[in-house]
Amino acid sequence: MNVSHFPERRGFAGHFLVQVGRALLILWGAFTLTFILLQMMPGDAVMIRFMDPELGLSPEQIETMRVLYSGSSNPVFQYFHTLWQVLHGNFGYSVQLGVPVGKLLSTALPVTLRLAGVGFLLSLVWTLAIAVGASLLPLRALRQAVHALPGLWSAIPLYWSGILIIQVLSFRLHLLPVVGVGAWEGVLLPGLAVSLPVAAPQAKLLLQQIEETERLPFVMASRTRGASRVSVFFRHILPNSVIPSLTMAGLSLGELIAGAIVTETVFGLNGLGQMTRDAVSGQDVAVLQAVVLIGAAGFVGANLAVDLLIPLIDPTLRMSHRIGGGKSGS
Amino acid sequence: MTSPAPVLDVNDLAIFYGDRIAVNGISFTALPGKTTALIGESGSGKSTIAKAVIRLLPPSARIDRGSITLNGQSLLAASSRTLNTIRGRQIGFIPQDPGSSLDPCIPIGRQVGEILRLHTSEGRQERRDHALTLLEKVGLPDPGRCFSQFPHELSGGMKQRVLIAIAVALAPGLIIADEPTSALDVTVQRQILDLLDRLREENGCSVLMITHDLAIARDRAHDVVVMQHGVVAERGLSDSLFSAPHSPYTRRLLRDSPAFHPRIPPARKVAPAQVPALEVSNLTITHRTHGGRTSPTVRNVSFTVQRGTTHGIIGESGSGKTTILRCLMGLIAPISGSVRIHGADAFGGRPGDRGPFRSMQLVYQNPWSSLDPRLTVRRIIEEPLRNHFDENRSWRLQRIHTLLERVHLKPDILERYPSDISGGQCQRVALARALAAEPDILVLDEFVSALDVTVQARILELLTELQNDLGLTFVFVSHDLAVVRQISDTLSIIRHGQQEEYGRAESIFSHPASDYTRTLLQAIPGKSASDCL
Repeated sequence: MNVSHFPERRGFAGHFLVQVGRALLILWGAFTLTFILLQMMPGDAVMIRFMDPELGLSPEQIETMRVLYSGSSNPVFQYFHTLWQVLHGNFGYSVQLGVPVGKLLSTALPVTLRLAGVGFLLSLVWTLAIAVGASLLPLRALRQAVHALPGLWSAIPLYWSGILIIQVLSFRLHLLPVVGVGAWEGVLLPGLAVSLPVAAPQAKLLLQQIEETERLPFVMASRTRGASRVSVFFRHILPNSVIPSLTMAGLSLGELIAGAIVTETVFGLNGLGQMTRDAVSGQDVAVLQAVVLIGAAGFVGANLAVDLLIPLIDPTLRMSHRIGGGKSGS
Repeated sequence: MTSPAPVLDVNDLAIFYGDRIAVNGISFTALPGKTTALIGESGSGKSTIAKAVIRLLPPSARIDRGSITLNGQSLLAASSRTLNTIRGRQIGFIPQDPGSSLDPCIPIGRQVGEILRLHTSEGRQERRDHALTLLEKVGLPDPGRCFSQFPHELSGGMKQRVLIAIAVALAPGLIIADEPTSALDVTVQRQILDLLDRLREENGCSVLMITHDLAIARDRAHDVVVMQHGVVAERGLSDSLFSAPHSPYTRRLLRDSPAFHPRIPPARKVAPAQVPALEVSNLTITHRTHGGRTSPTVRNVSFTVQRGTTHGIIGESGSGKTTILRCLMGLIAPISGSVRIHGADAFGGRPGDRGPFRSMQLVYQNPWSSLDPRLTVRRIIEEPLRNHFDENRSWRLQRIHTLLERVHLKPDILERYPSDISGGQCQRVALARALAAEPDILVLDEFVSALDVTVQARILELLTELQNDLGLTFVFVSHDLAVVRQISDTLSIIRHGQQEEYGRAESIFSHPASDYTRTLLQAIPGKSASDCL
């Protein structure tokens, strides 16, 4: 006889729909907020670009440009127009470059996603390695050294560790060239640089949780059955400790997608970070709107994934959707 | 007649925690097919011995001298690899708290299978069948269902059965049971101990039982080792030790243990014309479940408590006794029925009116967690004085000293923190704090359940003294019948939210009317124990 892990399927499906709905609501909120903020910004990208005296445009021509780019000056109409367009995947035109934002994204986004992906995976590897090292290495001094790593990593600024990594791995050891390489090789070094500060808080949380879990009676109970320290660590301690760091990892992944400016600058990558920097300096509203939306989507998506993953690890959360509980007497 | 070779032989064992000696020269043996009980109060070193035998002492502990021999093999000389083959296979361990001794993330079947995976070459399917057989053997009602359930879906008693199934899986020669039933209800406790006895007889193994409960030791053990402050106070066969204890410490333990020495309160005369302190009639309380539906948790409970008497409320976990208590304190409102405090309808006023409840104070179960660890004893007692009385500091200090005297604490405790004082002292501080508000009625929630018997006896004496001196009325909520019997004038027995029985305590104990009460009374360990003193 096999009991399904989701005894009330509707319960889980409902949970899923609520989570997805909440994610969509947050995205809509992010869109609306940025729209309002960008509208309130003093100045105007059209002005900045076309009021340049060297272009020699008349005020009437500039006004025409403005209507052309903004559609209408009525903000309410503009809001719904932009929302409608965005829902159809149309992010408008970059005022600065005169090309569709979608086109800019299609070159910048893959770079950033690759960087985020590599950085994120490496950070997970680091986190796990630190947890294993700090718990299972033979010498107490070694364990403590590993235990101190996350604190060190979060203290090192990214631009410095980035330059250090280039110096050591590329210039000294010639392991990987920095320029003129394929799409994936190109993000390996920056991914490594960005993975350290991302791994630090995750690892710290995991170590803390492991310390708490180690004290729980079921860990000792498993040892009394003859399980070795290593076996108890992987079978009982680790699975019962990962949830807080998983939540943290969800936040980091969002951050990686939204804010890779420093890394991209240090390693000369043309990703979302560069795009954001150019758009901010040029008040390129359509580009900013798209970047914020993608950043928000990154956060929301990562957290949604984590929220849906956690019940798979912790059965007590899985069952909480059942009404009335299923305890039976002895 | 020669006695068989002992399964476990502990000789002159001494264990230190840092500089503090926890176990000082303990020797005892455990014979096959017999139960050996290690009894003693908290801090006596009994749990340390259990952990030393299975060689899982915390790193701060150090074995200083002595030997532990299991079936002729020295456990102190064994390598950690050898120990891993001994644990589980030759020694089974039943932990103290079934609630947290199973991994919450792993289904029951796999947790039973773990020990088979560690020590046998059984394949996946064999392990599954074996685990199911084991779950059936320990009397779980639906082993197949239980197999794929998670720990939080099982009751405490069922979890302890699972843990026993794991401990006996490979028929080890020695089973260590560390307070196996102290977290369980009394009826469940009895079933678990019966199960353990049955398995011991079937497998012919030796059981080393660690317990603070003398009555359990008397009912279940053949040999008894009484420990005090890390040394053996007395050792002997259960029958002779309990009928003719030699050591003064054993005698004191027996005297203080309510199961052995029931002190029945003298029937008090209460002037019938008086308005009762507390009158509860037809109390029904509903509880909102997750889906927004309501279900009654307490149905039609009625009782009357005369001034200066004690009403005991007995129930097992989940019976609704805490819900009743919360309602008495005005924390939740009943759906129907009434609570009258000194004749006044407590829920008669507008919702949230605390007025009628002013004369009641609640004292909680856990001695340490109910006191704010960041406050000194003085500030803990001072707080209600600040809240209830508009007086100056010197008046408050005066009152604090009077209150300390009331609960027999010395003034030097005032500047200490809860973490620095003992459980009994904590409960006295909690009492002083409750008395600060000058209540007429004290509601005591499992007030002495976490205390050792000798401390428990002193606190119960203190309660009686306070009641006589101050004319206090007590509502005493507990799962422990032996304790309730000592101090209650009247009793309610609650089961599944319903009042199974209500009446004078002595008549309920001598002539229980309901089947449930009879089951409860029979389940009390050491029920015949009082005959031997």
